[in-house]
Amino acid sequence: MDAILFLIFAVIAVVCGINVVVQSHPISSAISLIGVMGSLAVLYLLLGAEFLAAAQVIVYAGAIMVLFVFVIMLLNAGGETGRGRSFLAQLLGAPVLIAFLGLMAFFVQRLFPGTEMVQFGAFHGGTAQAVGRALFTQFLLPFEVISVLILIAVLGAIVLARKEFDR
Amino acid sequence: MQLWLIPVFPLAGFLLNGIFGRRASKAFINTIAIGSVLLSFAWVLKTLLGLGDLTTPHIERYFTWIQSGSLHIGFDLAVDRLTAVMLLVVTGIGSIIHIYAIGYMAHEGGYYRFFSYMNLFMFFMLTLVLGANYLILFVGWEGVGLCSYLLIGFYFTKKFATDAGNKAFIVNRIGDFGFSLAMFLIVVQFGSLDFGTVFPAVPGKSEAALTTIAFLLLVGACGKSAQLPLYVWLPDAMAGPTPVSALIHAATMVTAGVYMVARSAAIYTHAPAAMEAVAIIGVATAFFAATIGLAQNDIKKVFAYSTVSQLGYMFLGAGCGAFSAGIYHLVTHAFFKALLFLGAGSVIHALGGEQDLRNMGGLRHKIPWTFWTMMCAGVAIAGVPPFAGFYSKDEILMAANHHAPWMYWVGVITAGMTAFYVFRAMFLAFFGKYRGEAHPHESPAVMTLPLAALALLSLGGGYIFKVPEFLAPLFPLAEEGHDLGPVLISVAAGLLGIGLAYLFYVARPELPDALVARIGGLYQLVYNKYFVDEVYGAVVVNPVVSGSREVLWKGVDVAVIDGAVNGVGSSARGIGGVLKLLQSGYIRSYALWVALGSVLLLIVMGVAGGLR
Amino acid sequence: MTGVPISWYLILSAVLFSLGVAGFLFRRNIITVFMCIELMLNGVNLSFITFSYHLKHVNGQIYSFFVMVVAAAEAAVGLAIILTVYKSRGTLNIDDVSSMKN
Repeated sequence: MDAILFLIFAVIAVVCGINVVVQSHPISSAISLIGVMGSLAVLYLLLGAEFLAAAQVIVYAGAIMVLFVFVIMLLNAGGETGRGRSFLAQLLGAPVLIAFLGLMAFFVQRLFPGTEMVQFGAFHGGTAQAVGRALFTQFLLPFEVISVLILIAVLGAIVLARKEFDR
Repeated sequence: MQLWLIPVFPLAGFLLNGIFGRRASKAFINTIAIGSVLLSFAWVLKTLLGLGDLTTPHIERYFTWIQSGSLHIGFDLAVDRLTAVMLLVVTGIGSIIHIYAIGYMAHEGGYYRFFSYMNLFMFFMLTLVLGANYLILFVGWEGVGLCSYLLIGFYFTKKFATDAGNKAFIVNRIGDFGFSLAMFLIVVQFGSLDFGTVFPAVPGKSEAALTTIAFLLLVGACGKSAQLPLYVWLPDAMAGPTPVSALIHAATMVTAGVYMVARSAAIYTHAPAAMEAVAIIGVATAFFAATIGLAQNDIKKVFAYSTVSQLGYMFLGAGCGAFSAGIYHLVTHAFFKALLFLGAGSVIHALGGEQDLRNMGGLRHKIPWTFWTMMCAGVAIAGVPPFAGFYSKDEILMAANHHAPWMYWVGVITAGMTAFYVFRAMFLAFFGKYRGEAHPHESPAVMTLPLAALALLSLGGGYIFKVPEFLAPLFPLAEEGHDLGPVLISVAAGLLGIGLAYLFYVARPELPDALVARIGGLYQLVYNKYFVDEVYGAVVVNPVVSGSREVLWKGVDVAVIDGAVNGVGSSARGIGGVLKLLQSGYIRSYALWVALGSVLLLIVMGVAGGLR
Repeated sequence: MTGVPISWYLILSAVLFSLGVAGFLFRRNIITVFMCIELMLNGVNLSFITFSYHLKHVNGQIYSFFVMVVAAAEAAVGLAIILTVYKSRGTLNIDDVSSMKN
């Protein structure tokens, strides 16, 4: 059961990921990215991270991607045009990527030889209760810091965006 | 005994005159300068009288100068009989010349500078003589070289004077290099530079080491005492004022080499090859310089070559084992050579600066004091008995005869030439008709009285100061008796020289020109000092100068050193220029670099972690 | 089948990350590049949560939580900047924004 679920949603994630990269219009990439996030939420569930799966759907897919879609709409950007000017990236990009992926796969295979299995329901530490407890006791300071961070980001976004529309 | 006061009096004179002399009156400068030297002389007398016998040296150790490992060099002054002789000569003749210089330099600019340099010279010379180890001697050695440079180039606005000063200093430096090497070897061999430590230990050392040390010391002596091949600076040194020529280049500084050889007698007697070299260089220099002196027309140059020649005699004496004869000749030479120079100065002063013999003549009635005193010097240097030069030259020639007869014969011929050229100068200057245009007037008493004092010393000095007997405890007297034959031959040679000079320049003045016409080429060669300076210039000086300019300056300094320094700067700029290309402004290439870096990092971590 | 080897999750995470890098290197539209960054972040999130499972500890999920928050803030500010760039230069081509050259 776990394996089938994993395979289905992993394939969906990869296909949507490839779509994000390949599509020419940004809006198509955005929709594909929403698909990636959704499948990832299911995978989080399989790994026992219930709270985070919910957060992923609500925050990531529901808020951030909506923001992206709004901006795409606002800018009315069309498909991609024009020639790129950075030949170096295009020349070396593929080998670097292949090397990167190959190395990561290799290391992962070495470090995790396949004895450990992920089973749905095997890990109970991902409940909202557990996450909340850790968040408000052990990670209290980072929690407060990122709340300040969000405040700053809000202010920054308002200032940056306001300048353009206030004239 | 406070030996240190002897050099310190002139040093105080140098400091006082040097600092305050510019605005001081002449009376002040004179008092300080002459007073310091006279005080030094008086102190010498007091010290010597108080020390009595002096068969063993009297040493005063002041402080440790160098203490390095096992090498201990103290600032020590010592007096033994040899030192006593030198002290008397330096301070005595020095005082006389200082008094003379008051009159000679009366109208010259830089009066206070002259006397401060002279006092500084006295300080260094006395340090040289009083030193109880080779290093103190070397301090004085270098110091007198410096003062010689300062005083030769005293008229520093004239290029030939400064050139002469440079030449003297540089040629002396070559000798100093040999001296330094000798000192290093002495340290290696003996572990000390102290006379009292080195000389008793000489018999135990290998002859090869001793010969090397002796040869190197000889190089130093050749530089300082103007022997072949390093004599070329002395004739040019005549560019300095005449009292300088008298004091430094006749009586004291140039004799430092002879003093040093005599002081190192222990080393030389155990290194026969080096002693032979000393004798050969001495006799060759004596002959060579005498031949050049025959043809010179500048009165100071004649006496300069004469000095070189007489120094050769002293070396000949030392080389034949008769160290005391060499020192004896040093003393008598100081008397009559200083007198000759001071007299020449008087003549030049009388003629308002004329130095060419061809423009003189008939001066014996106009400046009689100068004439008669110089005549005393002339007969002394010619070796006419019973005057000073006869005794000392006779001692040397006897020693030469016993050592190697050919040296004796060369010495005799040189003696004849000496008499000839000195009296040639005398006759050309004082006899015949006056050929110049100045108004000769006698010099003031402050100049003629020193001349008189030196004349008395030249006449009677050899008889009164029996130097070899005095130095007998240091240098054992020769046992051989005096054969009369060689003595008579040498005296005859001197008289023959005087006679020939009389013939050529008084009786038949047309003879010299006729003779020159007959041997024109040879005369030109001798007149031009055998073109030695030109040869040195081409063989040594020019290659060194152009080598320095082309190789060392343009090649090494500009290309290599500046190139390296500038190269660092330009390569930094070059590297910066290359690295600048990384900042292309394209975000994608930045991302690529990040990705590349992360891949490399993964590889490194994997390899370091042992995963292959 | 009872479970999935943990290495598969990690490899999936690596694949998603590499896809993000590929998009970043090869796409020229700024917004698309931004979305590829989000893709990279998601891949890393999966990796965190996998390790949280592996270590049986909640900390990995907390880190993932923080990553999400930061990604949100970054998206907000970044999109505002993109808006500004579009207003001032009129282009969404990433290669045209190269005034920091040299």
